[in-house]
Amino acid sequence: MRRWLPFAVLAAAAAFPLVARPLGWDFYIGFASRIMIYALAASSLNLVLGYGGMVSFGHAAFVGAGAYTVAVLMAEGVASAWVAWPLAVALAGALAAAIGAVCLRTRGVYFIMITLAFAQMIYYIAVGMRAYGGEEGLNLPTRSQLGFGLDLKDDVTFYYLVLAILAAALYALRRTVGARFGRVIEAIRENETRMDAIGFPTYRYKLVCFALGGALAGLAGALLANQNSYVNPNLLYWTQSGTLMIMVILGGVGYLYGGVLGAVALLVLEEVVSGYTIHWQLGVGAVMLAIVLFAPRGLAGLAQGRRDG
Amino acid sequence: MSGILLLEQSLNGLQFGLMLFLLAAGLTLVFGIMDMINLAHGSLYMVGAFLAATFVDLTGSFWLAVALALAGTALVGMALEVSVLRRLYARDHLSQVLATFALILVANETVRIVWGPQLPLAAPPALAGPVEIVPGLQYSSYRLVIIAVGLAVAAALYFAIARTRVGMLVRAGASNREMAVAMGVNIKRLFTIVFGCAAALCAVAGAMLGPILAVQVGMGENILILAFVVIVIGGIGSIRGALVGALLVGVVDTMGRAFLPHLLRQFLRADLAGALGPALASILIYVLMAAILFWKPQGLFPARG
Amino acid sequence: MRRTALALAAALPLAFAAQAADKVKVGFISTLSGPNAAIGVDIRDGFNLAVKLAGGKLGGLPAEVIVADDQLNPDVAKQNADRMVKRDRVDFVTGTVFSNVVLAIAPQVIESKTFFIGPNAGPAQYTGAQCNPYFFSSSWPSEAYSEAAGQYVTQRGFKSVVFLAPNYQGGKDAANGFKRYFKGKLAEEMYTKLGQLDYAAELAQIRAAKPDALYVFLPGGMGVNFIKQFVASGMSKDIQLVVPLWGSDQDIIRAVGDPMLGLFSLGHWTIDLDNAANRKFVAEFEKAYKRLPTGYAASGYDTGLLLDAAIRKVKGKIEDKEALRAAIKSADFKSVRGDFKFGANQFPVQNYYLQAITKNADGRIVHKTVGTVLTARGDAYVQDCKMK
Repeated sequence: MRRWLPFAVLAAAAAFPLVARPLGWDFYIGFASRIMIYALAASSLNLVLGYGGMVSFGHAAFVGAGAYTVAVLMAEGVASAWVAWPLAVALAGALAAAIGAVCLRTRGVYFIMITLAFAQMIYYIAVGMRAYGGEEGLNLPTRSQLGFGLDLKDDVTFYYLVLAILAAALYALRRTVGARFGRVIEAIRENETRMDAIGFPTYRYKLVCFALGGALAGLAGALLANQNSYVNPNLLYWTQSGTLMIMVILGGVGYLYGGVLGAVALLVLEEVVSGYTIHWQLGVGAVMLAIVLFAPRGLAGLAQGRRDG
Repeated sequence: MSGILLLEQSLNGLQFGLMLFLLAAGLTLVFGIMDMINLAHGSLYMVGAFLAATFVDLTGSFWLAVALALAGTALVGMALEVSVLRRLYARDHLSQVLATFALILVANETVRIVWGPQLPLAAPPALAGPVEIVPGLQYSSYRLVIIAVGLAVAAALYFAIARTRVGMLVRAGASNREMAVAMGVNIKRLFTIVFGCAAALCAVAGAMLGPILAVQVGMGENILILAFVVIVIGGIGSIRGALVGALLVGVVDTMGRAFLPHLLRQFLRADLAGALGPALASILIYVLMAAILFWKPQGLFPARG
Repeated sequence: MRRTALALAAALPLAFAAQAADKVKVGFISTLSGPNAAIGVDIRDGFNLAVKLAGGKLGGLPAEVIVADDQLNPDVAKQNADRMVKRDRVDFVTGTVFSNVVLAIAPQVIESKTFFIGPNAGPAQYTGAQCNPYFFSSSWPSEAYSEAAGQYVTQRGFKSVVFLAPNYQGGKDAANGFKRYFKGKLAEEMYTKLGQLDYAAELAQIRAAKPDALYVFLPGGMGVNFIKQFVASGMSKDIQLVVPLWGSDQDIIRAVGDPMLGLFSLGHWTIDLDNAANRKFVAEFEKAYKRLPTGYAASGYDTGLLLDAAIRKVKGKIEDKEALRAAIKSADFKSVRGDFKFGANQFPVQNYYLQAITKNADGRIVHKTVGTVLTARGDAYVQDCKMK
């Protein structure tokens, strides 16, 4: 990626509400927030899947855990973002660490399926939580309280907060994958046996990576609960994990901005195509299929490939 | 808990398990031989059910329709293999997941455009009512037929895998694909045949379950996840594992739904137990799967040594 | 256009509040795909019929109906509601089928001061303390059908009854309503996963419990499958199956056929109700759609009539929310269900009928009104509603 490009995109994103608000495009401000939240979730999966090489089919569970933490705390009267959000991150990270500790004993397809199994378990636990809405979910009476005179109920304020968090998270991700930890993780992805033989505790590295991804997904979940003012078990269903995975693959596995590109592409594609036809899934499916068959490295790979060649 | 109740629930578990087996058998073969994750397997199940409903309408005979649906779905499956899936064998699991997930979307919408969201499909009139199998237990005769069909297919499959030449090639492919190719097996044709057979098994399950459940768009997704659970429990590539896994899942799921609420009622309020029961019962099979993978990371019957 | 009018109206209330709108926009979010699609389609067709018979207008204003499918997924419904409220700026949101979808979208619709009109069961929360000026139900309170069922089962003298419902809000409401009026023993209270299609395990439990009667609260495709499997299990001879109207309506009759005969149901409307509005509705619906209407369709049609009457009453000035609300609440129209008015919580107060499923003169399976089980019944929570 050219150096200035991310900053240009950031500037454009920062300017968007200034244009959208006067034009009355309130819906699109909310829609853009939603895209950025999914971008964050997809980026967290990209850390696990792209850099760590762990094909997790249960990432929605961690997003859901974060979302439910915020919602349940609010139902119990704790609305402060300073309490709820760190707790959402911590809980999702701890959950990922626990699940990862078991799942990382398996390999390949078995790993895919056991992460799926755990995610389904968490899903059914959410369904079973009758005190917190059970099958039909839980409404948040308000958005989290941030203090400093900032009111997250205002869509523009919320938009800027999400943008700041996404930018900070991407920066942190960039630093992480560039640091020694990231190099080791990528080396394990390429050849675990060799790294093991050299003396790296590969299991521990992978577990930390998996838990980090889960924690970041928990942050996305906390934001998503606020964006929707509503949580329900559907957030944790396996098709949600599939959607996140698709965003990553669509955007580019193991590219820093892969998750962001994928989230933007998929959600915009859905919004546009669904406006034209109720059979929008046909179009989305066909585009996805074409990308796998003809652009296996995703959109980021496509952009890079063109410049390289 | 009466004996009759236990017997009836066992039959229910057996019936459900055998239908899962039909789906899981095809999935495990594709998985084991081609090393290919096919999420669109459930779509073939859906196509089978829609074809069966269409042919019942055209021919008026349920069994003829099942046979035609079986052949039709096998053709659809082989066409899919030749046109799209073949390109994915050499790719990583991630690409396969994405591509076949995309196929699910395409299949769902195509079926919706061709047939509409759902079609009626009834059991043959002769099997609409119950039969008394032991005094005090009237059981749906159609469900008994499902059990019989399931057992027959399982037996035929066992015979085909253990005794025929194609079966031998399949076993060779599942346990060591490179060696099988080196020994001169026409792997391309074998793959197409296996895929057609897997599709045909899907069609049997779809056509048989259609009258009990419903023939509708999206019917394949939920059962697909269960089929994956089954083959992972059983060990990928193993037909025997698929059978054991399917029966385990069928019985555990049915028994869980039936008896967990009662068990919970021993120490919880009735309405609370009634609400918590179904949720816990749904978790059971995933707990089973996680537990099995914890102790046997390759499943119960690993196909590869 | 209308936005400018609104902005000006805010600044100069006296001069511009009386400005009439040039058209009325209705956001119609409904379950139009999946196993329960028949329900949403019937509500939509009923609603559209009312608009069509009024010449494509509601209360004299040209009507634009924006339809969206919620896929029975609260998240999808939420996106649709967001789009309709913020982008399309609709005046009403209606069409919803399932209470989980209602619970997901209602807060946001209400907050934007858009009227929410529930054309299918209204969740119990909104009948009591959470009642809201912008929330109306044109159908029935969630518990009402089950209250009627409890009353009927008690009247018939059934002593031992099994209750079966999906594990969601509507199922919980049904249990509350049923128990409020049922005086016998509840042999078994069973909940299944929402959307479950195979009831073999539950049927075995019912057989073991040996009840006199069975009250089953399963909407749409779930009901179809349950009734088919119940009949195939051979228990229908010994156990009286009692269902809500929508658990036995034309959509289910079409799918199940003759085994439906002999069932009893309870509902707020029957196809044979003898009033002019209903005769017109049934005839026009069959003419337009070549099938018999269901209770859902009746409810959708009534929702259209309700809006039509209310908008006419305020002479098209739908910006005046207070006047419009008063006009809706007065329910000044001839409902196909006969007597109908809103309670203080803006939920219906109406009769509930016992219906037998029989063959009519031309051999079609239809509901026949047998008697009135509850008269001018509202709901149990209206006293908690502090709204004026």
